Amino acid sequence: MASTINGERISVLEDKCIGAGNCVDAAEKYFDQDDDTAKVVLLRDVVEPGDGDSVRRAVNVCPVAAILLNSSGA
Amino acid sequence: MLPSLADILVVGGGKAGSQLTASLRDEGFEGTIAIVGEEPLHPYDRPPLSKEYLGMGDVGGLLLRAEHFYLDSAIDIETATRIVSFDTAKHVATRSDGSEITYGELVLATGARPRKLRIPGADSEGVSPLRSVEDADRLKAILTARSDLVVIGGGFVGLEVAATAAISYGCKVTVMEALPRLLSRTALPETAAHIQRFHEALGVDVLLGAQAAEILSDNGRVTAVVTTEGQVIPADGVVYGIGVEPRVELAEAAGIEVANGVLVDSTLHSSADGVWAIGDCCAFPSVHFGGSVRLESVQNATDQARHLAGELFSGVRSAYTAVPWFWSDQGELHLQSVGLTGTFDSTVVIGDADSGSFTVLAFHDGRLLGGDSVNAPGDHLALKRLLGSDSQAGLTATVAGGAGFTLKDFARQARLAKEALSRSA
Repeated sequence: MASTINGERISVLEDKCIGAGNCVDAAEKYFDQDDDTAKVVLLRDVVEPGDGDSVRRAVNVCPVAAILLNSSGA
Repeated sequence: MLPSLADILVVGGGKAGSQLTASLRDEGFEGTIAIVGEEPLHPYDRPPLSKEYLGMGDVGGLLLRAEHFYLDSAIDIETATRIVSFDTAKHVATRSDGSEITYGELVLATGARPRKLRIPGADSEGVSPLRSVEDADRLKAILTARSDLVVIGGGFVGLEVAATAAISYGCKVTVMEALPRLLSRTALPETAAHIQRFHEALGVDVLLGAQAAEILSDNGRVTAVVTTEGQVIPADGVVYGIGVEPRVELAEAAGIEVANGVLVDSTLHSSADGVWAIGDCCAFPSVHFGGSVRLESVQNATDQARHLAGELFSGVRSAYTAVPWFWSDQGELHLQSVGLTGTFDSTVVIGDADSGSFTVLAFHDGRLLGGDSVNAPGDHLALKRLLGSDSQAGLTATVAGGAGFTLKDFARQARLAKEALSRSA
């Protein structure tokens, strides 16, 4: 099932974010939460080699679908 | 042609069902997966129905996952389709058209339906609950006419609709709550009092201890609500949010134990072999409650789905123990709650309610149960982390009531102390 998403660009819809923190559990290299707003903080926005599964898991565990993945150049 | 086999069959196409299938694929599950749901839409997000969607949103923004996600992930999804029965001995489920599907494991994610308003006139045009996109679209049409709206039930759904109707549409809104305060089941008293003041400042009439006795209509269309005290409140539209009932009929007919929900053990497994339940329809033993509980929340649906996906993939059963949390947006008021606080015997308010940003902590016998944060997301995050730790870091009512106490500092110190301990161990 695992598709390659290296090089894809991550973006977050901050308005939608409810501060669940599920993305941080899934991929803490990419996501953190602001201590004051609890909203998602994107630590890096390009998926690095080998991180595809954890980033895709973060996308899929967001309860409000606030994390998006776009192919670079697409 | 509809498939006749699924290793995992999910009954119910809501948040829990959709999350389960996505998490199964994330885990690496390679068997066949089918979701069967009654609604015409692909799985969508319900919380915005009383907020953004009711205000101005479109259906596209509601979908939890793009339609092609299911195809790309080899998840068979059947919308507008009903499972009418299943046989737990044969592992066969039957659709309403009579076709059968043989399953390995069956997951009930059937959700809940609004409790019906049972008073004379409740079937008048313009009287509706709010649970589905269809309900929201009907309500939008009423609000657009800047009508007088009566909300029956001072819970989350009712108050969110009230705020949207008053702010986005300029409607005259009356909220009727039968109990002596708002949100008696879901928020602490200090929080509820603040939320009441917030609504009153918006121009919403809040009637406490007020019960609807009858709905008056003209040519079948609602014109007013009459209270048990005989007060007549004019209404062009009525929304009721008086709780939900778990959809357990399917499970019950299959001989599965149900009470207030499909009864499951701590691993979310029902009384029948190979049948599980998650989300709004599931009554599970909670370590945070000390008994069987049924929760209606995004967190519960999402976390139970993730937990069950892990169990089904690994074949190893384990207890579901996630800390419950909830949120509600009413205009500019953002409430976030963590823990189950119903059994509190004392509370401590941190911050100043008049400033509009504060947290109420709830304790029982000195033990922290959880708390409500109003426009204080940092407090909510700190509290969630504290409740997720084994010891709750020794946060007592006395400590929380001390001068200069902040949750953020306390949580940070607790984390540092824990790290120091693990280093020295």
